[in-house]
Amino acid sequence: MPTFSDLLKQHYERNPDQVSVYILHGGQPDRPVTYRELIYGATGYARTFQKKGIQPGEVVILILQHGIDLLYAYFGAILYGAIPSIMPFLTEKLLPERYYINLAALVKVTKPTAIVTYPDFVADVHAVVKPGEGSIKVVIVSNQVDDPGEPDFADFGGLKRKPEDIVLLQHSSGTTGLQKGVALSHQAVLNQLKDYSEAIYLQPDDIFVSWLPLYHDMGLVACWLMPILLGRPLVIMSPFEWVRAPYRLLQAVSRYKGTLSWLPNFAFNFCTQKIRERDLEGVDLSSWRAISNCSEPMRWDSLRVFYERFKKQGLRPEALVTCYAMAENVFAVTQGGMDGPVAFEDIDRDSLQINKVAEPARLNMPYVRMLGAGKTIPNTAVRILDAGGHPLPDRTVGEVVLKSDCILTGYYHRQDATEKAFLNDWYLTGDFGYLVDGELYITGRKKDLIIVGGKNIFPQDLEQLAFEVSGIHAGRASAFGVFNDITGTEDVVLVAEVETSDISKRQKIAEDVRTTITRGSAVALRYVHLVDTHWLVKTSSGKTARSANREKFLDEMQAKGQKF
Amino acid sequence: MSHDVLNQLSQYIGCELLKQPDRVIRPDEALLSSGLIDSFHLVDLGLFVEEKFGVRIDDFELSASTFDTLDQLVALIESRR
Repeated sequence: MPTFSDLLKQHYERNPDQVSVYILHGGQPDRPVTYRELIYGATGYARTFQKKGIQPGEVVILILQHGIDLLYAYFGAILYGAIPSIMPFLTEKLLPERYYINLAALVKVTKPTAIVTYPDFVADVHAVVKPGEGSIKVVIVSNQVDDPGEPDFADFGGLKRKPEDIVLLQHSSGTTGLQKGVALSHQAVLNQLKDYSEAIYLQPDDIFVSWLPLYHDMGLVACWLMPILLGRPLVIMSPFEWVRAPYRLLQAVSRYKGTLSWLPNFAFNFCTQKIRERDLEGVDLSSWRAISNCSEPMRWDSLRVFYERFKKQGLRPEALVTCYAMAENVFAVTQGGMDGPVAFEDIDRDSLQINKVAEPARLNMPYVRMLGAGKTIPNTAVRILDAGGHPLPDRTVGEVVLKSDCILTGYYHRQDATEKAFLNDWYLTGDFGYLVDGELYITGRKKDLIIVGGKNIFPQDLEQLAFEVSGIHAGRASAFGVFNDITGTEDVVLVAEVETSDISKRQKIAEDVRTTITRGSAVALRYVHLVDTHWLVKTSSGKTARSANREKFLDEMQAKGQKF
Repeated sequence: MSHDVLNQLSQYIGCELLKQPDRVIRPDEALLSSGLIDSFHLVDLGLFVEEKFGVRIDDFELSASTFDTLDQLVALIESRR
């Protein structure tokens, strides 16, 4: 069984002049990076880690934006045998103080020995940790790294890592997510890449195109590790640029004859609605063979509108496919639409919601259109369990559990959380779904997680911020997501109890809640609903019952005639 | 004229982007750096300005360093008309 370093060395020795990554930045020429350049740049970082006294097996946090530094630093850590973890960069709307709290949470649990960042961000890192304090030995500045140079693989710890050793950590966002790093071994990642390559029929001439963030499994595994380690070119742009200019993704596919992309559901709606016709002049999408909808609830309509909008550019209907994935399985669990059209079925709404059984729709009765997430990739097995842990038959909704050859080693330094995540060797996904002849349909979530634009948001982080607002008492707020058909993702709603009934005071509190949450979490609230005391539904332990509050909120909105 | 532009922008942001028609946006209020306008809405704002006032704001200009308030956005539009 090889390790990451073995594969990198192979590409470097066999195809040094092959372009591995094309880095796209608006207003600048595209930057091709060959395997030779990649390994040379990574060598500069590996030597720096060595000089600074970092040991193989230690965690290195990378706070860098999409670009050449991140590429070199990431694979430099790999070559050196250290464990890289990418921390999202500070954005302009997030308060620096809040970012520091998040970084401190990450450092406390993960115990990294080094942080790599830009010169102008060192002061921010030092606001949280100084070298010599706690686990941190050094803060490495990107412009003070050894020059790129010829590698001496024997000198680096990367080749001495064993397949079962941890190779990388992946974190979700927010204070809660940053304290639960998914630790993956070389073996788990490489098994996933092999299994998933088979599932998507990876071709020698495939070209990956991506704008996805790298601190998320979809971006990191499908659109970073897979192409780079398996020797297929990757065309990459930053999520910050894509969100301002979604047409760039389509132009990149056209220019590089891209074949594979992964997008969260909302991105299909976003591209459909927000690209000018004139930015599509000359764009040819006929090379795109698989665009996997993944990482948040998928809608058949999102795929349909995307196809209708871009068929003139040569988009093929069979290119629109689906995937169900999670960091704990490295990435993919299932893939749909590769062996025929994506599966979908119309299901009787009441039967699904009340009886938790997916029965075909009846004439003139309300129904929901379910989009299939596909069948399991090789070496991953899925079961549906009832609340007591017993397997359920086809078409009955229960919790999705899985077993595979690419499961996480554990949550890093969180044995408690790791133990809770398994039941008799089966990983409990926290998602609800049902199976039909091996096709998996995801119906909802057991865990109180909000997913906006593919990004996981923990409601407790938002509630904690709301409690800081004057006029709201601790424990008197509840945050949850409500799906928005137009944007194709969840809107975030926060309900909070207030004592005042004065309208202008309430408006002020609502405004404060919005500002505090946006600047504290970078999450924009769609709706702040202020209610009288004793409105919120609580569990027996006194915690707010988010799903019950969500139902109550939706009922109230419906009674008022407001559509949600 | 600039007052008219300001009103149209203010109304668009309140009604269409924030979905709070009653929300009054002050001309000097921070829009981007405060997180009032989410990054998902920047492209909408760009499209609106182009359609309504015939001024194209390039995507790399959609950041707080180019404009952060209604006053600054109006000045940018006026300078390009």
